[in-house]
Amino acid sequence: MDFTVSMLLGTFLLSVAALFAFIWSMSKGLFGEGSDAAAEIFAAHELGTVEDPAATAAQKGGLQKSIAKGAGPDERMDAADIDFRTRADQSTSLVVGVCLTLAVVWLVLASLAGLISSIKLHEPDWWVQYEWLTFGRIRPIHLNLVGYGWCSLAGIGVAIWLIPRLLQTELVGAKYALVGGALWSIGVFAGAVAIATGHSDGLEWLEFPWQIDMLLVAAGALVGFPLWLTLLRRKVKHLYVSVWYIAAGLLWFPILFLIANWPGLHFGIEQATMNWWFGHNVLGLWFTPLGLAAAYYFIPKLLGTPIHSYNLSLLGFWSLAFFYSQVGGHHLIGGPVPSWLITISIVQSMMMVIPVFAVAVNHHRTVIGNFRALIYSPTLRFIVLGSMLYTAASVQGSLEALRAVNTITHFTHYTVAHAHLGLYGFFSMVMFGSIYFIMPRVMNWEWPYPKLISLHFWLVLGGFAVYFIGLSFGGWYQGLAMLDEKIPFMESVKLTLPYLEARSIGGGLMTLGHLVFAAHFFAMGWKFGPKRLGAALLGESLFPRRVVKGAAA
Amino acid sequence: MSQGTSFWEMDELRLITGAMVILALATGILVVVPYLLLRPVKAPAGLKPYTDIQLAGRQSYIANGCVYCHSQQPRDIQQAPDAKRGWGRASVAGDYVYDTPHLLGTMRTGPDLLNIGARQPSADWHLGHLYQPRAYTPGSIMPSYPYLFEVRQGVAQAGEKALTLPPGLTKPGEVVIAKPEALALVAYLLALDRTYPALPPRSASAVASEDAP
Repeated sequence: MDFTVSMLLGTFLLSVAALFAFIWSMSKGLFGEGSDAAAEIFAAHELGTVEDPAATAAQKGGLQKSIAKGAGPDERMDAADIDFRTRADQSTSLVVGVCLTLAVVWLVLASLAGLISSIKLHEPDWWVQYEWLTFGRIRPIHLNLVGYGWCSLAGIGVAIWLIPRLLQTELVGAKYALVGGALWSIGVFAGAVAIATGHSDGLEWLEFPWQIDMLLVAAGALVGFPLWLTLLRRKVKHLYVSVWYIAAGLLWFPILFLIANWPGLHFGIEQATMNWWFGHNVLGLWFTPLGLAAAYYFIPKLLGTPIHSYNLSLLGFWSLAFFYSQVGGHHLIGGPVPSWLITISIVQSMMMVIPVFAVAVNHHRTVIGNFRALIYSPTLRFIVLGSMLYTAASVQGSLEALRAVNTITHFTHYTVAHAHLGLYGFFSMVMFGSIYFIMPRVMNWEWPYPKLISLHFWLVLGGFAVYFIGLSFGGWYQGLAMLDEKIPFMESVKLTLPYLEARSIGGGLMTLGHLVFAAHFFAMGWKFGPKRLGAALLGESLFPRRVVKGAAA
Repeated sequence: MSQGTSFWEMDELRLITGAMVILALATGILVVVPYLLLRPVKAPAGLKPYTDIQLAGRQSYIANGCVYCHSQQPRDIQQAPDAKRGWGRASVAGDYVYDTPHLLGTMRTGPDLLNIGARQPSADWHLGHLYQPRAYTPGSIMPSYPYLFEVRQGVAQAGEKALTLPPGLTKPGEVVIAKPEALALVAYLLALDRTYPALPPRSASAVASEDAP
């Protein structure tokens, strides 16, 4: 009891001290110089000019007109700046192209694994003769391929692509990231095979055997190399907020993964607390920083408008790091773990409202007044949807950490729906948008069939709506039934069936959307489709020479 | 602060230091302190270490991902009616001294299994249920596990375990033999029994000191 009190008191005092330190540093101007830093992602005379390489010429025109504060006719980037940005983009094209291609392959495989898992929950005698296809194996294969295959490699690819643009310095050491990305993919493949053949470690999010984990730790460290090397030569004065998120994420992941997978270190209930320390940190300190870094770059860049408040974005960064890193215990509410640990995690889960609010205000205030831009920009549509769902997922997550809510939702499909709101609704949507923006710059080629981008968007949005709404209701009713001792347990299973079937339909639509996306991605890779603008940057083809070179190759 | 090259001017240093301090703090609270607190926890008197066959079965439980639908952590009666469903008393850290990796689970698509060995002590039931859950629990959505069994014409050989199944699951003359993996898995399930008291009876001096003001 004394220990519990002193632990809670200690954490409380520490949090208050951190708050004062933060206020003091703000008053000393230690958190960036406001609008200077916010404008760091724009070249001279670029503010007010939209950029969306995924848009057609007509869409670009509409996009530029829809911006509230449009650029004047003489506000064009200097030729030198345009040339520099071309070189910056070229410096990452190989490594980013490889990472994103691998990510898209993992996305398709992960979706199929997810769809099979989903169908198996309401068709339990379907495809049961193969060991590797049993629900208990294909489901963790789905999770790992999504988390470490698709989301991680997409996040890494997008982060590396952003580095030269954020630091205004060509990428240094791309080869380390190339080796890292390849090793990473080999690790994911080996891990999936290990799970399929029954060699799982048995911990959620940590199923891969430790030998494979060490490969991922090394790969994770390698992909971070170019960032540190490029930082040493950076030409920008201020580090834009996306750099903070990317650098911290690339530092955090290998450490988290190393501690979590250290062989022979963890035991019994301690391992359970470690499991959820990792399980939530992989979301909060790996995927979320990469997703937010992309959203923080693309939203203002697409709209030609600096983010609403740069100081707020740094408040968001530090409070996210501080609070998010301690929320893991809320997965063990009611479990046989020390109660002070759970209490701290619940409190920090509620405190997550602060960083979420900071990000929400920043993103949404930047977009407000420019909603017409969503009609014209395929990239922005995905990213703004993703950033809205980030707010939704985070607020939902904070509420789910409350004991009263958690008692109902824990152990049910409601949690599964919530997990998809975060990693799919937020992260994957932001990645889709980012990839649509990036690939034309990587390939020097336009998206060949712009209508497929819309098709992808509506398929995954519709599919995900069915998935999320269905499963949330199903999980909630399941939780209520389990809490009512008068209802036999089997009733809590039977009542979920229609919702599980709805989830398969939603998941099927999402998978279909991913197939459309992947087909389009590879069509672009092989340079199919009519040649229109080339890799247009600012409403016209700026790189005719390179386009011709690319087309001839 | 716009001039000079003080420590705080170095964005990278601030970033790396801050990120590492925060991570260390979270790791301290959620990993290191629990490590130190839980390290000395002893097994309760009623808990036996797993035998070799039970451990092999536990490996099978992990390999086939039972944990994705079954928890092993009954909650307190104040929070949820787990005990009234026959799932047992709220578990304590000592119940898991021999459980590495932990299998607490996060889903109850199926019931909690921490005391399944006490609740359903029949090996025949478990073997048949693994072969076809719906023959025992109508409406169950648990997968069947045909690959843990061998179906053939004839009779069981010496040393083989033939299943006694409800009628209608096999063709005439067919016998269903449990593979060693199935037998091990059932041995593990039967070992899941934490119905002993969670705490040893309190000594008189402990009671006295707690009751003291």
